[in-house]
Amino acid sequence: MPYSNSSIGIFQIAGSAMAAQSQRMNTTASNLANADSISGPDGQPYRAKQVVFEMAPANGQAIGGVRVARVVDDPSPLRLQHDPKNPLANADGYVAMPNVNVVEEMVNMISASRSYQANVEVLNTAKTLMLKTLTIGQ
Amino acid sequence: MINKLDSALRFHQEALSLRARRQEVLSANIAHADTPNYKARDFDFSSALSQAVERGRPSTASALATTSTRHIAGESQGGGDADLLYRMPTQSSIDGNTVEMDAERVSFADNAMRYEANLTILSSKIKSLLSAVQS
Repeated sequence: MPYSNSSIGIFQIAGSAMAAQSQRMNTTASNLANADSISGPDGQPYRAKQVVFEMAPANGQAIGGVRVARVVDDPSPLRLQHDPKNPLANADGYVAMPNVNVVEEMVNMISASRSYQANVEVLNTAKTLMLKTLTIGQ
Repeated sequence: MINKLDSALRFHQEALSLRARRQEVLSANIAHADTPNYKARDFDFSSALSQAVERGRPSTASALATTSTRHIAGESQGGGDADLLYRMPTQSSIDGNTVEMDAERVSFADNAMRYEANLTILSSKIKSLLSAVQS
């Protein structure tokens, strides 16, 4: 498949989407792993992270690849759990737990993996077409 | 002679490059399935093709600068941007994204098949021209 006049081909677009989705999967892994981390390097409970995707068009192009614009902290309040024996408990006996929603993270993970698969398929189709294009006239 | 060969293959060349362009647009739609506020794009293939065949390629911005009258005016090749339209979503999502994955995948597979069909026809056309030349 020719790159037409634009330098961004299908390979760059699908590749950038795969990179972005795998970063999303990384974030999910971090959130799930730290679902019970009540103290981080700053002494605060872990806060769930979410990635924000945006389009990254090459100059003057209407279409383009995916880019992770930023990784944001989930602003939802921390979960309070009653555990007076914990050394980190406050005066009322509550411990602030990370605001990770495990169910949401699982959904996120499945969604990211499905999107990744879709892009792999796009890449394979593009590759097949490109190889076929090379055999024109043979 | 070269002119005739060129015109014999021109239609298929235009169709192929537009198919490639559409494949790119659809792959961008699939890539942006999770991007907030992304609007799915597409273009009308048949009108883009008839425009490309009848009126020539839509002129693209880049052209060679000529500093002498003996320079040949260069025109950039390759399918200029066909008019990209926005797809009307049947079910809009809450984050403003209008990509419908199933519809995009169907269009993508359909477009890939038509690209291959185009390649096959082009190949057989070249073969028949070749046998006309050789016999």
